[in-house]
Amino acid sequence: MLKRTTETLRGIGHRFINRIWRLGTAARFFWRILRRSTDKPMRLIKLTVHEMYATGVLSLVIILVSALFVGMVLGLQGYNTLQRYGSADAVGVLVALSLVRELGPVVTALLFAGRAGTAITAEIGLMKTTEQLSAMEMMAVNPIARVIAPRFWAGVISMPLLAAMFSMVGVLGGYLVAVPLLGIDAGSFWSQMQTSVDFRVDIVNGVIKSFVFGVACTIIALFEGYDAPPTAEGVSRATTRTVVNSSLAVLGLDFALTSFMISV
Amino acid sequence: MDRTTMDLWVGLFVAAGIVALIGLAMKVGNLTSDHLGDTYTVSAHFDDIGGLKPRAPIKSAGVVVGRVDSIQFDSKRYDAVVKLKIDKSYKFPKDTFASINTSGLLGEQYVTLEAGGDTEMLEEDGKGKIEHTQPALVLEKLIGQFVSSKAEGDSSTPQNTMEDAQ
Amino acid sequence: MTDNIVEINNLSFGYGHRHLHKGVNMKFPRGKVVAIMGGSGSGKTTLLRLIGGQLRPTHGEVKVDGKVVHKQDRAGIYALRRKMGMLFQFGALFTDLSVYDNVAFPMREHTNLPESMIRDLVLMKLNAVGLRGACNLMPSELSGGMSRRIALARAIALDPAIIMYDEPFAGLDPISMGVIVNLIRNLNDVLGATSIVVTHDIHETFSFVDYVYFVADGVVAAEGTPDELRASKLPFVHQFVHGDVDGPVPFHYNAPDYRQDLMRATRA
Repeated sequence: MLKRTTETLRGIGHRFINRIWRLGTAARFFWRILRRSTDKPMRLIKLTVHEMYATGVLSLVIILVSALFVGMVLGLQGYNTLQRYGSADAVGVLVALSLVRELGPVVTALLFAGRAGTAITAEIGLMKTTEQLSAMEMMAVNPIARVIAPRFWAGVISMPLLAAMFSMVGVLGGYLVAVPLLGIDAGSFWSQMQTSVDFRVDIVNGVIKSFVFGVACTIIALFEGYDAPPTAEGVSRATTRTVVNSSLAVLGLDFALTSFMISV
Repeated sequence: MDRTTMDLWVGLFVAAGIVALIGLAMKVGNLTSDHLGDTYTVSAHFDDIGGLKPRAPIKSAGVVVGRVDSIQFDSKRYDAVVKLKIDKSYKFPKDTFASINTSGLLGEQYVTLEAGGDTEMLEEDGKGKIEHTQPALVLEKLIGQFVSSKAEGDSSTPQNTMEDAQ
Repeated sequence: MTDNIVEINNLSFGYGHRHLHKGVNMKFPRGKVVAIMGGSGSGKTTLLRLIGGQLRPTHGEVKVDGKVVHKQDRAGIYALRRKMGMLFQFGALFTDLSVYDNVAFPMREHTNLPESMIRDLVLMKLNAVGLRGACNLMPSELSGGMSRRIALARAIALDPAIIMYDEPFAGLDPISMGVIVNLIRNLNDVLGATSIVVTHDIHETFSFVDYVYFVADGVVAAEGTPDELRASKLPFVHQFVHGDVDGPVPFHYNAPDYRQDLMRATRA
């Protein structure tokens, strides 16, 4: 009995230490990316643009389609609830505030982790497995500067842009449901929205959120790939971990950021 | 894929993102209506501001003419002093009456200005002061009055109170 | 300056408590093709990584061109690596770049040559390995032998003084193997480079190298020219050259007594 308890405790302790260790390694990894980002600025910009095609442009379709549907559902649900209290006109406010404050940054980040994050992890993991990163190092080219940093900046730049597009398209989706379908006046839809959505408190904070999510999701995806055991199984596990860890990080950070933003 | 096509796509992506951001700021947010241009500040004392917040709109005849700048407690008069930022293109007479209203039953609170008949206008150098104000109607107080008057057995007063409230 | 471009002096290295090398001494003279041979898991590839400065020895040192590798800072190691070319086991071509861009990669990273000159150089290197016609293909479209030749073209892109080959024959058909053998020998002589070939392919290797080191149990078990080793009476060399199953290199990995092990399993 005692032996089993010690064993369990040791297991917990081992896992805990492992987690902390990985967190520390990830933090060092982040620091190395930042430091290596100054190596060859012109090359970095060129490569970042190149990577933004993979992280940004290729994520567009899923982001925009999801945004349209999320906006339309918000419009329908919001209208149904609000009209009971006789304030169906406020449906625009509801749609816009939910999107700009929460759903835009959060859902975009979750979709990004699934679409671009997994692709990054698998790519880096495979480059490691096939010794491409080692080969680069042997050619006196730093893989952090050449491979990791451009993907990092591409993710960090893409995320706020994607989130802004998500919110905008979502609002348009809400508009499509509310105005032509449910017959709410277009003027009051927009004007109520404008009086209630504050530029600094809502929009800027939303952008800040998506920026933070961009850093978190990209770092997690890159780190899991870079840290993956160089086997097929290792890479597939790393890809799963990217989705799980990114989602948890996004939701956790969202709570932290929201509580901070509300209290300030 | 060709290098130049890729660059083009990324360029389009960034442009679309920036357009979306500007669209959010202008069309969804209040960046346009927020720009009141030049403003002047006047202060007003209220016995009770209810749930009024900084940046709440100031309306006159339903038109937004400014925003609440700050709200502070006046420790000499034991009431709230509210600084109002009003667009320079709107002038108000000295005996303007300010009240705090609620949009809808539970909506956001805002300040309403009703112009008086004075020929002199409020100073625009920051010293302007609105003398006549009406505090916010607080729902709990109204209910409290209603309950207490009901307890006294007076059946006509509560109805009046409720009518006043509306 | 000594005549040995790479020297390994009393080198020890291990991962954690597992000691892979216990005092290895090797010399690689300029202009020669030297093979490092040994069974799987005897730490041959690790030796290449130690020469390239990707790993740090626990004891001893590796000298490249007279400089101790692990005492260099990052810039120093990178400067040494510029003199090295390495062919990885399966080529390690960059899968997101075309054959042309793969070979051009080291030139673009380390030189400021105009694109027209890079083009000439890339085509020259590809011609040397006989694959100029493949320059627009992607690595996924290449066979194993072809991708290794492309990787070789990339390894010699900057005319290195040392070319290292990690298992260049693994998984190749006899024809491709013959092609690679010829390339290693010819490139070495044409470029005036020194080649280090890590392999366990005894017959192919003995046909073209100048000198052989046998690694076993973390030390150099035997060394000499191919002819000397063929004539060697050392049991280990004999086993390796003739491919006997059991001998000084045991068939079994270190394990407790077989019978006791089975008994324990039944008891548990």
